[in-house]
Amino acid sequence: MKKIIGSKVSYLLVSLTLFVGLLAGCGGSGNSDGGASNQPGGSGGSGGGESIKIGANLELSGAVASYGQSIAEGIDLAVEEINKGGGIDGKKLEIIKVDNKSDAAEATNAAIKLTSQDKVSAIIGAATSGDTVAQVQVVTDNHTVLLTPSGTSPIVTVGQDGKVNDYVFRTCFIDPFQGNVAANFAAKELKVTKAAIFADSASDYAKGLAVSFKDTFTKAGGSIVSEEAYVAKDTDFRATLTRIKAANPEFIFIPGYYEEVGLIIKQARELGITVPFMGGDGWDSPKLVELAGAAALNNTYITNHYSSEDPDKTIQTFVTAFKGKYNGKSPDAFNALGYDSVYLLADGIKRAGSADGAKIKDALAQTKDLALVSGKITIDQQHNPAKTATVLEYKDGKQVFKTKVNP
Amino acid sequence: MDWIQQIVNGISLGSIYALIALGYTMVYGIIKLINFAHGDVFMVGAFVGFYAIESWKLSFIPALLVAMGISAVLGVVIERVAYKRLRNATRIAALITAIGVSLFIEYGTIYIRGAQPEAFPSVLPDQIFKVFGASISSQSIFILLISIILMLILQFIVHRTKIGKAMRAVSYDAEAARLMGINVDRTISATFAIGSALAGAAGVAFGVYYTKIEPLMGVIPGLKAFVAAVLGGIGIIPGAMIGGLVLGIVETMVSAFGYSPWRDAAAFVILILILIFRPSGILGKNTREKV
Repeated sequence: MKKIIGSKVSYLLVSLTLFVGLLAGCGGSGNSDGGASNQPGGSGGSGGGESIKIGANLELSGAVASYGQSIAEGIDLAVEEINKGGGIDGKKLEIIKVDNKSDAAEATNAAIKLTSQDKVSAIIGAATSGDTVAQVQVVTDNHTVLLTPSGTSPIVTVGQDGKVNDYVFRTCFIDPFQGNVAANFAAKELKVTKAAIFADSASDYAKGLAVSFKDTFTKAGGSIVSEEAYVAKDTDFRATLTRIKAANPEFIFIPGYYEEVGLIIKQARELGITVPFMGGDGWDSPKLVELAGAAALNNTYITNHYSSEDPDKTIQTFVTAFKGKYNGKSPDAFNALGYDSVYLLADGIKRAGSADGAKIKDALAQTKDLALVSGKITIDQQHNPAKTATVLEYKDGKQVFKTKVNP
Repeated sequence: MDWIQQIVNGISLGSIYALIALGYTMVYGIIKLINFAHGDVFMVGAFVGFYAIESWKLSFIPALLVAMGISAVLGVVIERVAYKRLRNATRIAALITAIGVSLFIEYGTIYIRGAQPEAFPSVLPDQIFKVFGASISSQSIFILLISIILMLILQFIVHRTKIGKAMRAVSYDAEAARLMGINVDRTISATFAIGSALAGAAGVAFGVYYTKIEPLMGVIPGLKAFVAAVLGGIGIIPGAMIGGLVLGIVETMVSAFGYSPWRDAAAFVILILILIFRPSGILGKNTREKV
């Protein structure tokens, strides 16, 4: 009996010592990292070899895993390119990916791990507005920059009290901006003066787009001749469409998601409505083409973050590089936004001359005319990028690059 | 011209409700069971039609028949497994079981194939006719025709055939029918088979007309068909037809006046009003219980 206890105690002691040793090791490496990240600001750097750690807090599994996966692919490509080109001031970028499982609570936990354990200089993510908002408190407390590639809700960078979240930025444009772009496109490119709005009354996204479209379109001299609403999951829109048709609009704006929009366009064309339709990135799905039919979709437009068919040189270089890395796969908007997020951050770190959170934040806030794949970015007072939106037109079921519209 | 268009819209919507309500009202008429799983058989019918066309490359009529056949089998299985042993239980027990079966089919389908919607292939010519300035699609005419034809067939089966006679006897008094040598179990199975086949046909028609099909598509049309059946007089076959059309037109009018988000609410207000003021429905007669 005694012997057994003795052996147990000694086993415990041995494992404890090992554990403490391990901790000490961790602490040691952590310290040396901390020292390294302070160096560029102070002594001007002690040469290459050290790395700048960046966290990626993404939806790698769960409900919106496809968004997170796409962003991760974009990030990997950008990091690979930057490191091949010698990194930032001789320091390589190191990405630490954490899966937040498309869950806000997990996103918070991941942010805590990245800031306190990994001591990253900045975090890229998450893909959705909700998972990004969940990290705001953590990164603010830890003075770490948070950059969301695709969280489009206005409340991500501006808190409920109207104050800007100092450490939070985004690479994408915000929801109301798409409404503005659509209105400008309708008024200036299509030269229509009478528009109708048919919005999903159950979605904040759609309501945001509808309001900003209305504002901008009326300011541009147009008038809204009909404003109608539908409820998500409806399947029969003919009655309301007949009503809209009677108002004789020259253009119909439909902010919403592809499931209903596909049916609306099909039924509208059957009723003999031939005017152009337009919507936002919620339309962007192959299912839209299946539901509406390729012919019905002709003469419709969407605003989106970017188009892989844009002849712009920056974009084509990116598309070629992406296809090279991912077996010829054509990059989608999330790939582009993930890629751009790394370059936006790298530019900030370079100008800050330091991997210190507070300095990166100040540098990012002053970003001006930075040419990225998804447009030329200038960060505004609210930490949103003022940038061009791409307008795509559907032709025989294919998205065709139409034009870029400035804010 | 607008109003002609709106009435056309209403009739197209109403004929879908009528098509689902036919099977509903028939099952209720014979065994007094509100079969809430009917809307989900309708959904299964739509998916069977979809896979028959997409994967087995069938044309429209064979796909419709396959969908009706599989739906009929499903209906009989549901009856045998879930409802048969409750035949002498309280009405509420059968009703709750029906809701359970409905949820089982919905989420079973999601488990098997996922919740993403599918676009029904366009298998029928889609032509637009202009009548007095209103656009009528050939598909909506076709759906109305299918509803009327199926209603006539159903009337014929119930009133002119031997199995129909047995059904009417069972609905009048199941015990007495059994004493007269009618196989009540088989009659009820036949009722479910026919009712579910109608639901399957409605599912395919819905897919053709509205394109989008998904595992929860049966919920709202199922409830609307129930309203239509009550409106026309539950258990009365032409009543389901009339109830469906009236409901479709009313809903369309609500949207036509610019209140489209209130459309579903309007349907259920009608249900409440009809239950208060004329519980036997449009075609129903007020019969006194015989003692």
